[in-house]
Amino acid sequence: MTPQLDLREITKRYPGCLANDRVGLTVMPGEIHALLGENGAGKSTLVKIIFGVVKPDAGEIWWNGAQVTIANPNAARALGIGMVFQHFNLFDSLTVAENISLGVDPGHDLAKLTSEIGAISERYGLPINPHQHIHALSVGERQRVEIIRCLVQNPKLLIMDEPTSVLTPQEVERLFETLRRLASEGCSILYISHKLDEIKALCDSATVLRLGKVTARCSPADETPKSLAEMMIGSALPTTKKAMVKEFTEDPLLELRNLDLPATDPLGINLRNVTLSLNRGEVIGLAGVAGNGQKELLAAINGERLAPHGAMLRLAGRDIGQEGPEKRRDEGLAFVPEERLGRGSVPEMSLAANTLLTWHHKGQVKTGFVDRVEVNAQASKIRETFDVRCPDVQAEAKSLSGGNLQKFIVGREILQGPEVLILGYPTWGVDVGAAATIRQAILDLAASGAGVLIVSEDLDELFEICDQIAVIAEGRLSPARRTANTSVEELGLWMSGQFEPTGVSDAA
Amino acid sequence: MDGLDAAITILVGAIRAGTPLVFAALGELIAEKSGVLNLGVEGMMLVGAVVGFMATVTTGSVYIGILAAVAAGMVMALIFGVLTLSLLTNQVATGLALTIFGVGLSAFLGIKYVGTPITGLKPLEIPFFTDIPVIGRLLFGHDLLIYVSFALFIAVAWFLYRSRAGLILRAVGESHDAAHALGYSVVAIRYMAVLFGGACAGLSGAYLSLVYTPQWAENMTAGRGWIALALVVFATWRPGRAMLGAYLFGGITIMGLHVQALGFEISSHLVATLPYLATIIVLAMISRDATKIRLNAPASLGKPFYPSA
Amino acid sequence: MLAGIGLFGALGTDPFLALYTFFVRPLTSLYSIGELLIKATPLLLCALGLTVGFRGNVWNIGAEGQLTMGAIASGGIALAAYGQDGPWLLPLMLLAGALGGMAWAAVPAVLKTRFNANEILVSLMLTYVAVQVLGHLVHGPWRSPEGFNFPETRTFGDWGQLPILVDGTRLHAGVFVALAVFLAVWLFLSRSFQGFKVTVAGQAPAAAAYAGFSNTSVIWLSLMISGATAGLAGTVEVMGTIQQLQPVISPGYGFAAIIVAFLGRLHPVGVVLASLLMSLMYLGGESLQMNMNLPLAVTGVFQGLLLFFVLGSDVLVRYRIRLLRPHLKEPA
Repeated sequence: MTPQLDLREITKRYPGCLANDRVGLTVMPGEIHALLGENGAGKSTLVKIIFGVVKPDAGEIWWNGAQVTIANPNAARALGIGMVFQHFNLFDSLTVAENISLGVDPGHDLAKLTSEIGAISERYGLPINPHQHIHALSVGERQRVEIIRCLVQNPKLLIMDEPTSVLTPQEVERLFETLRRLASEGCSILYISHKLDEIKALCDSATVLRLGKVTARCSPADETPKSLAEMMIGSALPTTKKAMVKEFTEDPLLELRNLDLPATDPLGINLRNVTLSLNRGEVIGLAGVAGNGQKELLAAINGERLAPHGAMLRLAGRDIGQEGPEKRRDEGLAFVPEERLGRGSVPEMSLAANTLLTWHHKGQVKTGFVDRVEVNAQASKIRETFDVRCPDVQAEAKSLSGGNLQKFIVGREILQGPEVLILGYPTWGVDVGAAATIRQAILDLAASGAGVLIVSEDLDELFEICDQIAVIAEGRLSPARRTANTSVEELGLWMSGQFEPTGVSDAA
Repeated sequence: MDGLDAAITILVGAIRAGTPLVFAALGELIAEKSGVLNLGVEGMMLVGAVVGFMATVTTGSVYIGILAAVAAGMVMALIFGVLTLSLLTNQVATGLALTIFGVGLSAFLGIKYVGTPITGLKPLEIPFFTDIPVIGRLLFGHDLLIYVSFALFIAVAWFLYRSRAGLILRAVGESHDAAHALGYSVVAIRYMAVLFGGACAGLSGAYLSLVYTPQWAENMTAGRGWIALALVVFATWRPGRAMLGAYLFGGITIMGLHVQALGFEISSHLVATLPYLATIIVLAMISRDATKIRLNAPASLGKPFYPSA
Repeated sequence: MLAGIGLFGALGTDPFLALYTFFVRPLTSLYSIGELLIKATPLLLCALGLTVGFRGNVWNIGAEGQLTMGAIASGGIALAAYGQDGPWLLPLMLLAGALGGMAWAAVPAVLKTRFNANEILVSLMLTYVAVQVLGHLVHGPWRSPEGFNFPETRTFGDWGQLPILVDGTRLHAGVFVALAVFLAVWLFLSRSFQGFKVTVAGQAPAAAAYAGFSNTSVIWLSLMISGATAGLAGTVEVMGTIQQLQPVISPGYGFAAIIVAFLGRLHPVGVVLASLLMSLMYLGGESLQMNMNLPLAVTGVFQGLLLFFVLGSDVLVRYRIRLLRPHLKEPA
């Protein structure tokens, strides 16, 4: 049988890095093929080459038995390649139908397209209203729009780039059904992921990339998650040392009590009646699908948005709801934000200046002027303690790799000795080594008596390091459960909003 | 009949005074809808005005003057496009530079033309129609360019909301990364939008120097380019409202003159501040509703597009 | 420079003689060096204030209007004190000038922080208003009774004028005001924590919000500083150079200062050098007009071209450094 797609010796070099080194990949018709690899292994580059976004330096692309060059995404689509990006390529202010029409050939008229959308959504179980605006849709619905946009063109190959990070476990199951149905009709699927259990459940075969090279080809059904992981990172998985199940006294460090906060952004999420209590020495995880109020909740805890009443947020028994970020920081609250470049750090400033960004209330500023010696010393200390790899602390934040910059930011917050540390997606897009360092630092901080709150989409990570897990859905917060007493299924249900509301009845 | 007569005179005056704003605002609206903020409208208008005037004096034809003004506006816009779209300079700073350059260049080019008399574009006299009471004077008897502005408005509105090209333009302004990933050439589309904006600004300048006050004077646009920029915000990026806003501002300009003509003792200097003060007030009122701005402004307005390799 | 040669060539004059007349001739006498510093003074004052704002992403482009208002405020004091002035008048006028500029800059600050109105448009509209207000005053209520109906005020009293520093020139003490402001702005931006906050707010607004730096205070601070320096520029200009109020007191210093700020790469030391260059361009324009009978507007064309080149070459420099070294040092 002729392969649907056959890549031979694909090579792509960027300044200072070989993104793809003689990569070969074969996908048969109707096959669900996994492309597996760590962040930075070269998966995205390879996919961009297939979709015509990036030109390879060397190598051949064979499509259905004939050699082709794919100059741009239009050429890829003309061949019958469809792609669902990890970051959706949708236009918020346009309707579903308009968005889909932008992804297809000019020939389609909007009315005909609308009926096609109806037919496809019926057939593959992807319910959507073509006249709705994108900004009114949930993340899962937006992904459906992306998928339908590909299916309208009857693709022979559908590329899915990390599709499940934005879905609840139940939605993931539905997506897999859609994909299996497509494959059974002869459409090949290239499924990119680093989630090993998903690959085992869905894929017929897999190609593993590490540092730009193919390191293994296998049939996932015959492997264990552990063996897949070792192919992916080339060594045994680093582990973190977690203390045994701990008991906590009811001595809350951070309390959220019936926090209500309407969004300022019309496309944002309103926080409704959020209640949570974080004890000394405890790590609580907040799971949930992105865009369900995580950003708003983090801003509210950090103090960028003030609460309507001071008592809605309490830190070690003091009301802080009406205090700004600098005041809260003075009182022992530290925060690692969800975005490294541009929020957690100023890209064009040195690491030293970025230290001053949040660390300026302990002698670094004297009568309004900055003590540079002091700031440099602190920056160097962060660099050494957290093994931040860079020439010196005058290096610009944007010159660091994601993992190194994240270690720097986490280090900056932890070395301030906070009572409560809040982290947004602390290991997102970070290499395995740095992620392990960060997780260990979080556990060590908690062991020293601080409270830690982690917002993450990565359930595996939360199960690994948290004492309790709660779920945020549509701006509401579920009850927190002991990690040992909950399950992926329960959290998945909660992520779709099915939980009893919590609240403090005695709150004023 | 006197009151009605005066009202019609004011309305016709408002349309005339508002027409340069209509051109400039519609052009800038298209550029901004594609995600480019060009603060050089004033400079493009001035260069359009002076080049149009020079061409008219040289060739004796107002029509050639108008075409020359359009071309001049486009050349100015091209400079802006090369800097911001190809060299990725800061759009705000480059727009300011374009205005400063345009002010200097137009003063320089026009130095020999100050005070030169020309015969401007005459109103079209359409027999019979012009004589219809009330609407006769409101709808007929304008000069050609006013009809061009009506047509331009219809074309822009149709393009933006009824054509596929307009849909693509809005998409590029909404998210250039997504448009790029779907295979649209963000830079080429933005060049076209910026050039259209330049053409409209040139036309607007031509209206001032060839029709409204058929003469050339240094800095004769007197901030109209900036008012046009404010109008685009005021209109929340919708052509219909931009058109109405332009006539409203035309009306305010005319009103001041009429108040003086009625014998009120007001300094002409203070009357001249009215359109500017009105712009500030209107801008503050509209911008106050952040939600409305957020939902209507092109989301990638003013952001440089770095095509990822 | 090449564009300059082209420009003069197109005008049918000897381009090299023209360039000599433009750039060198103004530096050949003590008097003209004095003129150079006189013109650099208001440019430097305005550009220093704008530098703070531009670093903080606050686009005050109405320095011309704030300059005019500063001149009106200080001039008003001088006229009110006419015939009864004393040593107190001099500092009072400087203070009034700064406050006048700040008051005018407060309008975009209020509208931006309370109503989210674009400061570019508001500050620019206010420039047109300020110029009209000045026109109204000198044509009307403040017109000199002895001025044969010319639109100008009386000449200020002795204490309303800045002392001349060097005999044989018009160089006045305003240059010291500019130097003092330069030192203050330089310290503010390079050493103070508030200056750091402004820079963070400009480079990464989300990081500033995360750190808890108030955007409102950055907007106010930027506009107050640039308003005060522009107001001082206007004051120094009327106290030192013109010594009365006229319908036009600035040949576009407030706008040229935008170019100066960028040409100086938003660094106070760079801004000093850039203001001298810009001043030379003004003098060069006058020198061309006198000696070669070329229009004064050449200066405006040159200014615009210069800013294009600054913006364009910034890009080239950025790319070259990126190719040479992977890490860029943070400026200042």
